[in-house]
Amino acid sequence: MTEFLQQLINGLSVGSMYALIALGYTLVYGVLRFINFAHGDVFMVGSFVGFYVGRNFSKTTWGGGLFVMIVAMLACAALGILIERLAYRPLRNRSRLTVLITAIGVSLMLENAGQLVFGANPRPFPEVFPSRQFEFGQLVVSSKDIAVLMVTVTLLAALRFLVMKTKIGTAMRAVSFNPQAASLMGININLVISFTFGLGSALAAAGGILWAYKFPKIDPLMGIAPGLTAFIAAVLGGIGNIPGAALGALLIGIIETFVKGSRWSTWTEAIAFVLLILILMFRPAGLLGKLQPEKV
Amino acid sequence: MINWHRRGFLNGVLFVAVAAWAGVGCKKQSDSGGSAGSSGDTIKIGEFASLSGSEASFGRSSHNGTVLCVEDLNAAGGVLGKKLELLTEDDQSKDGESGTAVKKLISRDKVVAILGEVASGRSLEAAPICQQFKIPQISPSSTNPKVTQMGDYIFRVCWEDKFQGSAVLAKFALTGLNAKRVALLTDVGAPYSVGLAKYFRDGFTAGGGQIVAEQKFTKEDKDFKAQLTGIKGLNMDAICVPAYYGQVTLIALQARELGIKVPIFGGDGWEAPELIQGPGAAEALEGCFFSTHFSPDQSDSKAREFVAKYEKKFGARPDAMAALGYDSVLALAEAIKRAGSTDGTKVRDALATTKDLDGVTGRITLDAERNARKPAVIIEIKGGKFVFKETVNP
Repeated sequence: MTEFLQQLINGLSVGSMYALIALGYTLVYGVLRFINFAHGDVFMVGSFVGFYVGRNFSKTTWGGGLFVMIVAMLACAALGILIERLAYRPLRNRSRLTVLITAIGVSLMLENAGQLVFGANPRPFPEVFPSRQFEFGQLVVSSKDIAVLMVTVTLLAALRFLVMKTKIGTAMRAVSFNPQAASLMGININLVISFTFGLGSALAAAGGILWAYKFPKIDPLMGIAPGLTAFIAAVLGGIGNIPGAALGALLIGIIETFVKGSRWSTWTEAIAFVLLILILMFRPAGLLGKLQPEKV
Repeated sequence: MINWHRRGFLNGVLFVAVAAWAGVGCKKQSDSGGSAGSSGDTIKIGEFASLSGSEASFGRSSHNGTVLCVEDLNAAGGVLGKKLELLTEDDQSKDGESGTAVKKLISRDKVVAILGEVASGRSLEAAPICQQFKIPQISPSSTNPKVTQMGDYIFRVCWEDKFQGSAVLAKFALTGLNAKRVALLTDVGAPYSVGLAKYFRDGFTAGGGQIVAEQKFTKEDKDFKAQLTGIKGLNMDAICVPAYYGQVTLIALQARELGIKVPIFGGDGWEAPELIQGPGAAEALEGCFFSTHFSPDQSDSKAREFVAKYEKKFGARPDAMAALGYDSVLALAEAIKRAGSTDGTKVRDALATTKDLDGVTGRITLDAERNARKPAVIIEIKGGKFVFKETVNP
């Protein structure tokens, strides 16, 4: 029982980091109907920004950690907007495959540029947040797990508020629903799309900082594996759907953890993918794809 | 697996993008050692090494040792009256790169022999190519038994994992650590790890020990809490992690976070300064052990001389990879001298009869399986330093 609970905590913690990345995929897909494959690499850039900023803090405090995270989020938001402006906007009216290939190109460019600028060797990530362990009998909860969960929940709630209650959120939903009609109603589509990219990239940066805080070794190729898992999570939850992305991510995180902890650990990805196929066979739009028609 | 999925996707649908990528950014090349150009009066030696990427610490150490030996030999007048010229290719610690690097060294640069690699997986990748072109390959420090089984042109100047796993690690766990119940954590993506785990298990159970669980992970993994939670309640005396240093640090950190306090030990894949760098790493690994080929604290004169020269040139203490890199060049140069020629087959025949070569890591004799028989050392992590503990003889 203790082991079950411990694995559940481990899984939730990994799953919430996947959720932050998955939200970026889902936001961009909701507005533009295309998969931004460079998203995992924006996540990587986020950790490296945290690495350079966090090194200048001699003491680790919660305030300092939040500052590092906010700087990384702002930097990545700018990067996301820049990528959209330079790489995707000129191709907006081309076929979707063209943009998809460009996205993969941007991804590889970020990976290789990262190896040139940051170096290909894994770097130890500074301790940006304090960390300690809480023991409940045999159960050990790390402050890292709590921080990851809290940041994710807070950002999710903020995102929900932004999308549902604010003017720009309404505009995002309008563009997602019908871009042409939205632009006829006087919505500045370019602005909304830039904003969406910035938002998604900022969430990826937050994920990147938490990831590096939990697994303190970062390298320029670190975004590939979690980026892909998060993409699958977004599809599993129903791509374009915000709660779906979070649900899918938590589910994948928990399943992965339980399989890894069992003696079928080498089959982790295989089992996750088989589950994905099974779910998509019965619910082609993903878990929440139909239940909640609100799209970003 | 995730990587594979992506690669498959790219190859299938968008192979153009991949081809462009492979062409643009994937190969780095560095040239060092002897004088460039003037190929007629030099003997060209090819080296492929992981100078960047996940095993860069090993690659760079080994490369430094190699460069030092080439310089020493050239300063002493070279081999057969010619200077040695070292051509180095960086494989970026990536699977698939070593094959390309070695093919280029052999067919374009026309090297007489290949030195490399540290990682067994990448040595295994290069071996069939060297065998096919009848160019001798000397791995400085790949310990997986399969490496030299790839053909009679493939040699190594270190011992292999059968010795390291069953004679060194298993013996040390049973007598040094007094451990009867051990859990194993294996990187199934690395032939080195799989091989070493197997030989450790054989030796340890034969000596009366019990493997209470074996958990697995792959190279991309960063989260080991699931596997560690799975073994936490098993009442074990120690954990054996026969993997490379990058993952060992994360495993140790996460084990301590979960409240697992038993010592962790592993093989020569641990020996890199990066092992104990980063927040909490040295504390997490305090009192842990690993086996390796060489310690700079060893007392014999050849080793001391090497340590002094290395420190003078690179400003750091040499590790086992550096010492083995040095010895790989030494063995090759000696074989070329005895063969009196740079012909691949003649050099191979001379290498096969290497006997009592006075290397930095001890006397090197290559056996019929083209492996070296040498003692191993156990190193303890103590106060954030690698401290020599004991020597284990074969």
